[in-house]
Amino acid sequence: MEKEKEEVFETPSEGSKTEHQSVDVRLENLTKEFTDKTGKVTVAVNDFNVTIPAGKLIGLLGPSGCGKSTTLYLIAGLLKPTSGRIYFGDEDVTDIPPEKRGIGLVFQNYALYPHMTVKQNILFPLENMKMPKDEALALAQEMAELVHIGDLMERKPNQLSGGQQQRVAIARALVKKPRVLLLDEPLSNLDARLRLQTREEIRRIQRETGITTIFVTHDQEEAMSISDEIVVMNQGLKQQMDRPQAVYEEPVNMFVAKFLGNPPINIFEANLVKGRLVLKDGEVIADGFDQPDQEVFVGLRPEYLRVSRNGKFTATIDLVEHIGRDTMILCEIKGYDHLIRAIVPNDTEYEVGQTIKLDCSKLFVFNAETGERYK
Amino acid sequence: MLEYKKDGWKAALCLAPSLLLMCVFTFWPIINSFIMSFLNNYHFALNREDVYNTFMGVEKSYTYIMGGRFTGIGIQNFITLFRDKDFLMALKNTAFIVFISVPATVIIALLIAVGLNSIKAFRGFFQTIFFLPYVTNTIALGLVFNSLFHVDYGLVNKLFNLVGTSWINSGATWGRAMFVLFIYSIWDGLAFKIIVFLSGLQNIDKQYYQAAQIDATPRWRVFTRITVPLLSPMILYITITSFMGAFKVYSSVIGIFGTGRYGPVGNEKLLITIVGYVYEQFGVQGMPFGVGSAGSTVLFLIILLITLVQMQVSKKWVHY
Repeated sequence: MEKEKEEVFETPSEGSKTEHQSVDVRLENLTKEFTDKTGKVTVAVNDFNVTIPAGKLIGLLGPSGCGKSTTLYLIAGLLKPTSGRIYFGDEDVTDIPPEKRGIGLVFQNYALYPHMTVKQNILFPLENMKMPKDEALALAQEMAELVHIGDLMERKPNQLSGGQQQRVAIARALVKKPRVLLLDEPLSNLDARLRLQTREEIRRIQRETGITTIFVTHDQEEAMSISDEIVVMNQGLKQQMDRPQAVYEEPVNMFVAKFLGNPPINIFEANLVKGRLVLKDGEVIADGFDQPDQEVFVGLRPEYLRVSRNGKFTATIDLVEHIGRDTMILCEIKGYDHLIRAIVPNDTEYEVGQTIKLDCSKLFVFNAETGERYK
Repeated sequence: MLEYKKDGWKAALCLAPSLLLMCVFTFWPIINSFIMSFLNNYHFALNREDVYNTFMGVEKSYTYIMGGRFTGIGIQNFITLFRDKDFLMALKNTAFIVFISVPATVIIALLIAVGLNSIKAFRGFFQTIFFLPYVTNTIALGLVFNSLFHVDYGLVNKLFNLVGTSWINSGATWGRAMFVLFIYSIWDGLAFKIIVFLSGLQNIDKQYYQAAQIDATPRWRVFTRITVPLLSPMILYITITSFMGAFKVYSSVIGIFGTGRYGPVGNEKLLITIVGYVYEQFGVQGMPFGVGSAGSTVLFLIILLITLVQMQVSKKWVHY
């Protein structure tokens, strides 16, 4: 057992006891189907291929019901895939039961044993491993210090705040030195302030331990703020995997473009005519397309728009919102009946009903049917 | 405020019938029997001797109270009680039933419930089977056991080829008869406990078990360290109510041995219980309820004491 661990040990840094052996996690053609009582088959995860690099913090992001939690449970081994393989490093763990995979899992509601103290909770996995008592105690204390709950060891979970419970759950997951740490919606049970604090904590703990960490979230801000890379999922399918900023700047399709960004991206119809992108009022806003003539969707992030005297969009202001540093204007573009948002600097005063010209620094063009991105 | 007062009266009026009935048939008898247990030589109703003495001008040596007469206040009833070997036998029998069959039943019920909870197929079927004793009459169950363990044609003797072994018929030893009563009370007590434990188990969050699985927790440790503590409020409730029930055991003994007997023919008080003993006092000539009342008081005090001990112990072991 010990020997095996030595072999997969890859992390270069040395010294700290909290250091974990990290491995990459590879999912190959992973598919999970659920069959309900009536025989109806739901594909929760559909032919999922992804390689999660060793020692990185990865966010699995998607709307609820997209299969991200299922993917996490498949990696944990609590669910068996319908088909496909899961690798930790070179080891195929698909048929290995969860307790032998070397994973730590933090549940959404933490699943701390309510009748045990913090110390007993953290010790529990070690007692199962039959580790000598004083060694186990030292390790538990070390983990508790790592997540900054060293002084709460004698408390029961119900005497802790949500954030503290979260830390205990992380300590319990990390104490047996897993190869992979999995977090299921780690921040969803916390209030807004704690959330901000805890996500930085998770980032710090992950950095200090260097453990490959995968977490699931439906909150884009959460995923973007701490992940090294994010994997966007929808309806069981992988949409895109990249650094958060790259996914934001260069979404591969309309779903990703719409799912990321707050305030959300503006989407409206336009036409491709002889390689040129034409608005409904006849204004040409871009050209150089080699796709055949068709109706397309245009995506414009609010911050890509700016007020300009010779802008191509003619817009009537509907609402002006001052959001601190910037101003957000909601306006109606000529030829369209829905509103678009633009974030503009605070230096000019705008009035409702005023007509302005808008220009854009960047835009996305999507296939109207498939949502695939043309440009 | 006026509204509230009016409602209060309405509530009292609605409650009155049941309160009245409870006062007459529950509260007063409790107080009454408590008082009676401290009245020396209490005899219910007047008898011929009493009338004769009054007529002859013999000085009364007793006082009248509650439809009967007594000679003084004291603990004479209790002295009589503890000198009666029947009562001592009843104490011993009851103690055995309480302290052996109740823990055994609770443990077996817990194991069966955990087993049932982990199987999917036939769960409903088994639940029904285990619940059947609960809806069956005690006396009827007793009769079934009576035939099962019958010395000549009982299934048990046939099955294990124990020719002539008397369990509950004449010549049965205390140990054998008690064994039958154990089996009976364990089986009879399982039903309700299993149902309560099952509902408790279904309320335990599955994630605790998933967490335990990921931590490679052995099955037995999952049971002792997770299931039992999380189920402890239910276990406490079941244990306390079962202890109370077992202290009052009576009908099952009658059911096994037949009308009016607490043991096999020839040794009719072999398995007499405290409640059985108290009930027997009604049959004694002249209705001297004092000793019976003293028996009830002793039973009450024992149950009270045991329950207090349990509550105290539970503070350390039960996790809400």
